[in-house]
Amino acid sequence: MVMSIRTEVIAQFHQVAQEQDKQLAPLVDDLAFLDSGLDSLCFAIIVARLEDVLGSDPFSAAEDVGFPVTLGEFIQFYENAAK
Amino acid sequence: MPRSEPSSLWSAVSATEKLSERFLSGVASDVAFSDLAGGSCLSGGARELRGKSVLIATADQLSAALALLELDGVARRLVLWPADLPIEHLGFVMASANVDAIVSDGMNWGPDDLGPEHDAIGAHVTCTPKIVPATWDRTATHATEWILLTSGTTGRPKMVQHSLASLCGAIQGQSGLDGSHVWSTFYDIRRYGGLQIYLRAMLTGGSLVLSSARESTAEFLPRVAAHGVTHISGTPSHWRCALMSPAACQIAPRYVRLSGEIADQSILDHLRSFYPQAEVAHAFASTEAGVAFDVRDGLEGFPASLIGLNGCGVDMKVEEGSLRIRSSRTAAKYMDAPRTLADQEGFVDTGDMLELRGGRYYFVGRRDGTINVGGQKVHPEEVEGVINRHPRVRMSLVRPRKNSVLGALVVAEVVLEDGSGASGVENEILKICREALPRHKVPSSIRFVNQLAVAANGKIVRQHA
Repeated sequence: MVMSIRTEVIAQFHQVAQEQDKQLAPLVDDLAFLDSGLDSLCFAIIVARLEDVLGSDPFSAAEDVGFPVTLGEFIQFYENAAK
Repeated sequence: MPRSEPSSLWSAVSATEKLSERFLSGVASDVAFSDLAGGSCLSGGARELRGKSVLIATADQLSAALALLELDGVARRLVLWPADLPIEHLGFVMASANVDAIVSDGMNWGPDDLGPEHDAIGAHVTCTPKIVPATWDRTATHATEWILLTSGTTGRPKMVQHSLASLCGAIQGQSGLDGSHVWSTFYDIRRYGGLQIYLRAMLTGGSLVLSSARESTAEFLPRVAAHGVTHISGTPSHWRCALMSPAACQIAPRYVRLSGEIADQSILDHLRSFYPQAEVAHAFASTEAGVAFDVRDGLEGFPASLIGLNGCGVDMKVEEGSLRIRSSRTAAKYMDAPRTLADQEGFVDTGDMLELRGGRYYFVGRRDGTINVGGQKVHPEEVEGVINRHPRVRMSLVRPRKNSVLGALVVAEVVLEDGSGASGVENEILKICREALPRHKVPSSIRFVNQLAVAANGKIVRQHA
């Protein structure tokens, strides 16, 4: 079964939060990263893992595009990159 | 300038007893030292090498070992060419060292390889382990310069100038050897670590079994065992590979030496339990700084009391976190470029970073090898040392992975001991890392591999980002 990008992103958030011993806030689309309970190292690892799974890192390509601030934007960011 | 009473490697060796019982052993043949008393490995034109700047470039280590023995004190300069060095550097090396004679064992070089220096070659002498009657005089007339080539991380080799005296500074006073000992080393003797073992064998009355690039560890160890090796040296990477080989149990050395890389507690413990009869020592040396010290207490790192001037005339200090060394074993200069080798006070900055914990200094890695994780520095070697504590880990390599959030992340490649899958091990390794290291140093991923590349200099291959 091919996991959707959304499912994969959510899975990585849970996985990394668990590995890094972080208390993860409920994952809703308008959750701001700053409130998620994860820090920059967690995000860096999530981005690396997603690159392995999805084959792309939209952050490395983004020049003028605004970076995502919320989880919903983050998922959108990856979905746009996959188009 | 010729010395008033020149001495040479051969004069020191020939003054020792039992020359017929001592030997140099190569992959295909052995030579007894007594054979050299009236014989030579050099055929034709050898007397033309006197006073010359001689490039010794052989495929076979035994040929080079014999040529060094014959030419120290005779040649003005000896340039030691490691067989694995890319041929493209040949012209540069020859020009930098004003090479005007070549000793080789039939490496096929054309005028194109030798470059513009081709015309300068006054003599090209063939050297083989087949000893022919000596027709030339080996009396020492020169204080020969020894030029060692060290591989820079990229580009041209650095050319480091030593003398026999600076190379042998750590060997004098090593007594207690009865002449029946047999040295061996995984190193190529054209490199500093290997040359130290070569000179030790020559000057302490022993014999030497040479390695060969053509041989795997599994082939080398039985040959070493057959010659009854008693003293053997290599890098921690050499040893990790050796312990993965079934042939490791064929040797029973009395002395095991590590140098060239950080010897972590794991490899020291593995060697101690694998060779319980052996003294396991790890040494610190670099081509530029020379041999600084060796540590025999079985523990990684070294006692802080070694800092300062020790009894052997080696002065050490720690500045800006790195080890600095001043001694008579330090190289004279670089030959290839006018860059400075030591500071104004004569200290060589080794670039090896130290950390002081509980009265002991620990090597944490190279200054230029750090991984930058969001502004926080990580020495790969420090993380490898922790990973290697897992009992099933044989070797590990930690490297940066480019990351768009933090610049880089730490990732690891791990070789496990034979025979079982990696299931569960990843989590165990990560647990050890998380207990011992700050979060940013813990690998974000671990990949299990069958082997890791070890370069010709015996060190694990690191690709600096």
